[in-house]
Amino acid sequence: MLRFAVDPILQNKEEGSFVKVAEESKITNDPQEFHFELKQQDGWYNSTATLTAWIRKNDQGEIVALSPICKHLGCLVGWNNNKNFPDEYHCPCHGARYTPDGKNLAVAPKPLDQYETKIENGWIYLGAIVPNTVVK
Amino acid sequence: MLKNVYNWIDERLDITPIWRDVADHEVPEHVNPAHHFSAFVYCFGGLTFFITVIQILSGMFLTMYYVPDIINAYNSVEYLQTQVAFGQIVRGMHHWGASLVIVMMFLHTMRVFFTGSYKAPREMNWVVGMLIFFVMLGLGLTGYLLPWDNKAYFATKVTLEIANSVPWLGPIIKELLQGGTIVGAETLTRFFAIHVFFLPAVLLALLVGHFIMIRRQGISGPL
Repeated sequence: MLRFAVDPILQNKEEGSFVKVAEESKITNDPQEFHFELKQQDGWYNSTATLTAWIRKNDQGEIVALSPICKHLGCLVGWNNNKNFPDEYHCPCHGARYTPDGKNLAVAPKPLDQYETKIENGWIYLGAIVPNTVVK
Repeated sequence: MLKNVYNWIDERLDITPIWRDVADHEVPEHVNPAHHFSAFVYCFGGLTFFITVIQILSGMFLTMYYVPDIINAYNSVEYLQTQVAFGQIVRGMHHWGASLVIVMMFLHTMRVFFTGSYKAPREMNWVVGMLIFFVMLGLGLTGYLLPWDNKAYFATKVTLEIANSVPWLGPIIKELLQGGTIVGAETLTRFFAIHVFFLPAVLLALLVGHFIMIRRQGISGPL
């Protein structure tokens, strides 16, 4: 019965596939919000999840695609959504703040996660969510 | 007639001592609000139990209509809330009772703390009481997801992030509670099973222990 109960964590995880999200030429220095759909298996249901990424090109010319899930307690952060903190990500739940590259400035213990990114033929493809590698 | 039935059973099974043990006991003057009104603070434990009984009854009736499935859960709750006679009342009892039970339990804990009732020889009953406290919080947490509306979904996402922040074991705990890598169909059935079967079973066992101990040791003396 124990094996029965823990079955979901022992099942093989699907390999993360990359999804075409945005044209590279549209990416600016300011983060922009992009939504994309991902097919997922949920028990006995097949569904599509809508994911959100904030993408920008930073000063080193790298494409940075951040996941907006706050590293404090998992609310959704927004860009420039609080006039007291211009040009920062701000979380409405407990006031966590991040730089444009996702570095944690307040409340949150870690920088924002980012999506694995690859660029093909001028399009940006996003994959699995991984810990931030751009900021230390 | 009823007396005859009772006597008939009592002759064979000798049940009088059993219910005497359960129901027939002195209430000391210092905990009786009829003697000292301020003794109402001693009622919070009983009120917690009273609301717990209401929670169990209203919960049992709610499962007559509720289905723990991501497509139908919300609709079944909406149906029982809006179409079924007294549905609003029964669900309302469960909804408000859930908050009230936490309030009463908190007040009971405060009373036990400030009257020093947790001290020897009642330490074990304090520990069991704390376990009941955590089981109640677990019931509140798992019940919160069941309506499967936006508030339930995102509140659970956030709670699972909190579970995820436990050192080393966090990700495993999160995935175990979640029943997979996302909050979805398997999370809902899991939370339903925990809310309706696992935690109530644990709760009842702990309550039995709590009550046996208070009867063995008696209510703590006046301040």
